[in-house]
Amino acid sequence: MAEAVIPSSLKLQPPPPELAREPLVSNRRPIGWISDAVAGVAEGKTPKWWWYAFIPSVLMLTMLGAMILYLMSKGVGVWGLGQPIMWGWAIINFVWWIGIGHAGTLISAILFLLRQRWRTAVNRAAEAMTIFAVMCAGIFPLIHIGRIWFGWWLLPLPNANSIWPQFRSPLMWDVFAVSTYFTVSVLFWYMGLIPDLAVMRDRARTKLRKFAYGLFALGWTGSNRHWSNYERAYLILAGLSTPLVLSVHSIVSLDFSVSQLPGWHTTIFPPYFVAGAIFSGFGMVLTLLIPLRKVCKLEDVITVRHVELMCKVTLATGSIVGYAYAMEFFIAWYSGNPYERFTFINRAFGPYGWAYWIMISCNVLTPQFFWFKRIRTNMLIVFILSIFVNIGMWFERFVIVVTSLHREFLPSNWSYYSPTWVDVCTYLGTFGLFFTFFLLFIRFVPLIAIAEVKAVTPQADPHHPLGGAKEGGPHR
Amino acid sequence: MRAAETIRDAGFKKWDVFTPYPMHGLDKAMGMKSSKVGWFSFIGGVTGFTLGNLMIWWMNAYDYAIPIGGKPMYSPFSAFPPSYELTILLGSFGALLGMLFLNRLPRLHHPLLKHRRFALASHDKFFVVIETADPKYSETETRKLLESAGSRQVEVVEE
Repeated sequence: MAEAVIPSSLKLQPPPPELAREPLVSNRRPIGWISDAVAGVAEGKTPKWWWYAFIPSVLMLTMLGAMILYLMSKGVGVWGLGQPIMWGWAIINFVWWIGIGHAGTLISAILFLLRQRWRTAVNRAAEAMTIFAVMCAGIFPLIHIGRIWFGWWLLPLPNANSIWPQFRSPLMWDVFAVSTYFTVSVLFWYMGLIPDLAVMRDRARTKLRKFAYGLFALGWTGSNRHWSNYERAYLILAGLSTPLVLSVHSIVSLDFSVSQLPGWHTTIFPPYFVAGAIFSGFGMVLTLLIPLRKVCKLEDVITVRHVELMCKVTLATGSIVGYAYAMEFFIAWYSGNPYERFTFINRAFGPYGWAYWIMISCNVLTPQFFWFKRIRTNMLIVFILSIFVNIGMWFERFVIVVTSLHREFLPSNWSYYSPTWVDVCTYLGTFGLFFTFFLLFIRFVPLIAIAEVKAVTPQADPHHPLGGAKEGGPHR
Repeated sequence: MRAAETIRDAGFKKWDVFTPYPMHGLDKAMGMKSSKVGWFSFIGGVTGFTLGNLMIWWMNAYDYAIPIGGKPMYSPFSAFPPSYELTILLGSFGALLGMLFLNRLPRLHHPLLKHRRFALASHDKFFVVIETADPKYSETETRKLLESAGSRQVEVVEE
């Protein structure tokens, strides 16, 4: 066959070494290696570490079930709730978990639209994190309503008096926002999985695996006519998920800001909540992926550069959150509203001042360490800092919910809220739910988007010197 | 990629390229038109928005009006957030189901999937398939064409 003659002036030269970026898959791994490494995690014998993580998770999940049954049989009085603090840990945990979910959608949708190619190595695990975090989040409002058997009143169904739900309430909007968010996240995740399930099907050795993966791969062949429709659908889903993720946490924040309570009734809430959500979500992604890349031996796919980039996003969103704290305080003073002023001074120096300063030190100070490359590239320190981010964001919601409620307009109603053991065990139980599902995900589904990572390797780029599918050359 | 261009220029209609990942530039090399998935998504989105507004108007203003604080029975502003979420929900279903519909998926069987070497199409190999149903197909000519385009191996797959 004839090699096409391309004048050297037209040939793309590699960038000069000082401008070259670190490749997204290190050690020049060929594309076949990517399937072997990623699919290998879900094949073969179950590793020991998996059992060590899975058994405690299932026990904690059982505890969650027990706590919910106990709550249902006794009522919400078993929690630390009481006038005037009627929203406690349940709502804090709801907002915290759903915020964590947001990083997954940010990685999969927004970074896709921004053409950040590094997202391919982390998006699958982050999307799985989103789905499981939203599941944990969804439990809380449902069990918080007290009489759980009336939960269906939240759906657009007529009740016994044929009265419909009332759509002027942000709580009703939240039902639609969260359920849409969960459904669309599952769709997006599943669509990304189809080509990789086909990889698993083609590699399967046993009949059962072949059947199960084949069933969910829907007969995917890798046809380019299919890829063309697939890529367009993926782009549309990314385009739809982006406004979705921003709207979900905005609507969650409206649950607070539409009320008249000082400390809640502010217009800064929607953007501030969204930034906080992404901040906390990236904290959780780092907490999950740093150990995962180690135990699954995927350091060449989730490279140090990936971790560094995620640290930078954490730094940026953490700084936005810090700015929002400062602005909230400033506006409380500038508004001249005495109730607003009192609430904020009480937040920092009142009985819950300790929570406020935990929040400030974890959310504002911790991410500032990520300015330094030496810290960003040290996996152990990043892991520890990411846990501080998770703690800090939980306390942010604690500060917003509890300190705003515990000093209301009538001083005779003032009180101090503490959780009960049921609150604590329910919260810990949701970790059981989260990790049970996450570990099952690692074990049965490719935890990295195999096809997408292949597409961003230099070998897949027809213009790159290493490109295999080069124009005018035989396939290698 | 060059092989795809050759086959496109030879005028084949019923053929395809199978790759382990979506390949940049291959749509053009195969002479394909832009995907129609967007229309499915658009129709889903419009349905979602209309349905949301109609539902809220019907439930809160028509079937069982709930007067609250002198607020209008139906207001496009408070009806917007749920309708917006429904727009996204049905638009996403439109995109996914539209993609599956256009690709005629799911299908439980494909003659190529029975072929032993074809399993590598999801691993690291690239396949060009020309269907025998193509009007320009002839066993010897097509084989020659594929070989001249740089194929390593040419086989006839029986259905």
